Amino acid sequence: MSSLFTYTLRIADSSLILGQRMAEWCSKGPTLEEDIAMSNISLDLFGQSNGFYEYAAQLDGSKSANKLAFRRNEREFFNHQLAEQENGNFGTTTVRNFLHDAFNLLFYTQLSSSKDETLAALAAKSLKEVKYHLRHSSNWLIRLGDGTNESNARSQEALELLWQYTGELFEMDEIDNELLNLGIGVDNTALKTQWDEILNKTLKKAKLNRPEDGYMATGGKKGMHTEYLGFLLAEMQFLQRAYPDAKW
Amino acid sequence: MQNGKINKIWELLNTVPDPEIPVISVVELGVIRDVSFANKSYTISITPTYSGCPAVKAFIDDIKSCLKENGIRNFQLKLVYSPAWTTEWMTDKTKRKLKKYGIAPPSNTVICPLCESQKIEVISEFGATACKSLHKCKDCLEPFEHFKCI
Repeated sequence: MSSLFTYTLRIADSSLILGQRMAEWCSKGPTLEEDIAMSNISLDLFGQSNGFYEYAAQLDGSKSANKLAFRRNEREFFNHQLAEQENGNFGTTTVRNFLHDAFNLLFYTQLSSSKDETLAALAAKSLKEVKYHLRHSSNWLIRLGDGTNESNARSQEALELLWQYTGELFEMDEIDNELLNLGIGVDNTALKTQWDEILNKTLKKAKLNRPEDGYMATGGKKGMHTEYLGFLLAEMQFLQRAYPDAKW
Repeated sequence: MQNGKINKIWELLNTVPDPEIPVISVVELGVIRDVSFANKSYTISITPTYSGCPAVKAFIDDIKSCLKENGIRNFQLKLVYSPAWTTEWMTDKTKRKLKKYGIAPPSNTVICPLCESQKIEVISEFGATACKSLHKCKDCLEPFEHFKCI
C-alpha cells in the first residue's frame, strides 16, 4: 500500500462512516425538514467519499471503490473515531457533527491547494458542501445550547462525552508527515488554532462550556476503533457480504 | 466536419433534461464543460453538481442513451472535478426558466418567484434535492424552493 493510497482512504473512510451515521437518521428526524437536511448531508458525505474511493481505487488498482467501502473489515478502516460515534440523541449528533465539520472545513481548505491535483479538486468540491454542513450544525448547536435547560444539559453532556475523540483530528503520523513534506498532505496540527477559534466562538454563543482536555482517544488512522464501528459496518455492508457483487 | 458533429452533440445534449428540474437541460445546468474529438472518439466532460446528488447518475445515463439513440456511439464521458461546479455557470435565460417554474434562481438575495417580494423566511437550508433550500414568502405566504448559490 502506498502512503498516498492510505492517506486518500483515511479521508474517504471518515466521510463514509459519518455519512452512514447521518443516514441512520433518515425517517427518524425530529422534524420533516431536519430529516431531509440530515439525509442531504448524508448524501453529500457519501458522494465525497465516493470521489476519494474512486481515486484510491485508481492508485491501488486491485480493489474497486465499492469493494473498498463494502468488503473491508473494521481493522482495515482508517476513519477518525469521532465519525463512528453513535447518534445518541439529536444533541449528540449535532455536537459530533459540529466538531467534525469545523475540522473538515479547515482540512479541505488546506487540501484544496495540495500538489496532488485530484486530491485538490476533490477537496475544493467537498469544501463547498462542508461550509453548509458547518453552518447547519453550528446553528443547531446554538439553538440547543441556548435553548431550554434540558437541551442545554444534553448538549453539554454530549460535548463532555465526545471531547476525548477530538485529539485524534490533529495528530500527525509517519504517513501524514511524508505527504506533508511532498506538498500533498495537510499539517493537521496547524489546524488546531483556527479550530479552537471556531469552537470557542460558537460555544460562547451556544452558552456551552468548553470541556477540559483530558484523556484523548487515538488509533482510528491505524485501524483501531471503538466498539461502535463493527455494528455500523455489519449493517452497512450486509448486502454486499450476503450477496457479493450484487447489482440493481 | 468534426466541428459540425460537435455542434450536433451540443444540440442533442441540450435536449436532455435535468432529471429533477425538467424545465432546464443539462447544458443549461452548466454540468457539460466540454465536447472534444480525438482518436476517432468524442469526449464529453461533465462536472457533477453536488458530490452525492443522485440526479448525476441519472443524467449520465440519460446522456448516454440520448447519444446512442441518435447514432453516436464513439464517445466517452469524463468526470471533471476541477474547477468545481458553480451556479455562476447558469445563464440569465436559465435563471428566468427556473423562476417561471417556481424555483427562486441562485442569488444572494432570495426573491419570491411568485410575488417578487424580498421579505423571505428561511424554513430549511436543505430542500427536497441537494441543490435547493426551503423558504417562505412573508407577503404572499407561499412556500417555495431556492436554488442554492455554490
